[in-house]
Amino acid sequence: MTIAEWLETAKADAEKRGLPELIPMLEGLAQATERLRAADWNDDADKDTPSGNDQ
Amino acid sequence: VATISELAPQVAAGRIKSEKLTEECLGKIEELNPKLNAFITITAEEALAQARHADQEIAGGRRIGPLHGIPISLKDLIDQKGVRTTAGSLVRKDHVATADAVVTRQLREAGAVFVGKTNLHEFAFGTTSEDSGFGPTRNPHDPTRSPGGSSGGSAVSVATGMALGTVGTDTGGSIRIPAAACGVVGLKPEWGHVSASGVVPLSRQLDHVGPLAASVADAWLLYNAMQPDSQRISSTLEAMSLKGMRLGKLSGYLFDRLDAEVERGVLSTIDRLQERGAKVVEVSLPHANDMAAIYLHLVFGDAAEYHARTLISRPQDYTTPVRLRLEMARYVLAEDYIRALRGKALIAAEVDRALEGVDALVLPALAVPAPPLGAATMPVKGGPDAVRTLMLRCSQPFNLSGHPAIALPCGVTRDNLPIGLQLVGHKGRTTALVQAALAAESVLAELS
Repeated sequence: MTIAEWLETAKADAEKRGLPELIPMLEGLAQATERLRAADWNDDADKDTPSGNDQ
Repeated sequence: VATISELAPQVAAGRIKSEKLTEECLGKIEELNPKLNAFITITAEEALAQARHADQEIAGGRRIGPLHGIPISLKDLIDQKGVRTTAGSLVRKDHVATADAVVTRQLREAGAVFVGKTNLHEFAFGTTSEDSGFGPTRNPHDPTRSPGGSSGGSAVSVATGMALGTVGTDTGGSIRIPAAACGVVGLKPEWGHVSASGVVPLSRQLDHVGPLAASVADAWLLYNAMQPDSQRISSTLEAMSLKGMRLGKLSGYLFDRLDAEVERGVLSTIDRLQERGAKVVEVSLPHANDMAAIYLHLVFGDAAEYHARTLISRPQDYTTPVRLRLEMARYVLAEDYIRALRGKALIAAEVDRALEGVDALVLPALAVPAPPLGAATMPVKGGPDAVRTLMLRCSQPFNLSGHPAIALPCGVTRDNLPIGLQLVGHKGRTTALVQAALAAESVLAELS
């Protein structure tokens, strides 16, 4: 699920649950998630085999 | 404020009565608590009974331990048998603990007298202690400001002499932040070195239990008493020599967004330590910019799990800001939680690397002075930023990494608000960290 898809789903769910105050907060969380996913230490299944699996 | 290190030998020798010390603390609570709201539950009768019992034991020649007859407080998410543990929330307002937490038991066995349970940010899920089911705690240096959090009531209790020492918890800085904001010492031990059994969790993998006290020596004395018998070292420690002490000053992220007076205070302290013989080198944490995102996903995932049932069954019993943040936490995806777990391991390795060749890392404990209650942002170098982000910025790396860290006062701002210095030590070497902090404290005492 992309972050944009997740955010749309989460916002719709918050609205449905009667928690519209959550919407701007979810947008902040989405930014943090974007940062987390963009970090250079993330692995990709089509890139080098991960090392350090024994940690 | 009197220290445990000065008073405990006097109590042990029978020259000062525990009952008198306890009455003094209870008197301060009676005088100051209506204004500062540091305590949720005051256990006056039990404390006085404990104190009288301690005096009888001492008169009879029986010595229990290093805290014999010393009045202390407990953050109200730590169980004390027969007393309610509210965690600062109406969700738990009637929950009475059926047993002591392990840390409470250790301190009881060391002779401590418990004067009460201190206020906190609800469920430790915040850094200002203003969102509590029992009302906000106020900073004794300026009651219009936050005492920091989440162990705000604990820090206030020590800063004002309502207790001689206290126990807090630290998930992203909740011992060190209020210690810095209130001008006391806060020791976050290495992760797992003080038991969290019987303590309401926020994030079990980031929660640390530890002391706040009026001096570094007192923090050590309390920390040592929190250990199982087999792991206690000594109630007192010698300061490390400043000559030859090696300090790693963290550059970049951890000094980027500071209040100007905090930055001046910390840098001038580092200069003083250097003048007295410490060698200071610049070190860095290459992925420091990712830390806030890593921390957020971990603490949200863990908090969402713990609160899942009561968010549905008793939503009205949470304060609105904490309830909303917990609701938001429920949207974290498993894949992002796992990413954050990998990031946590990376940060721990980077802190280890930064510590190579130095005795301790040095940085501010808190990027800003105590914020005004209700403030959403504060001015810092580079423009205003969110209070919550700023409060966590300097402390959360070492919750992710699990390294021991200590906050100690290093001066005040023009408005007389405390500034905190932070030292971070090697894993397995908490003793050396505290010895370095004793040395820094002695230099700061000469300056003041």
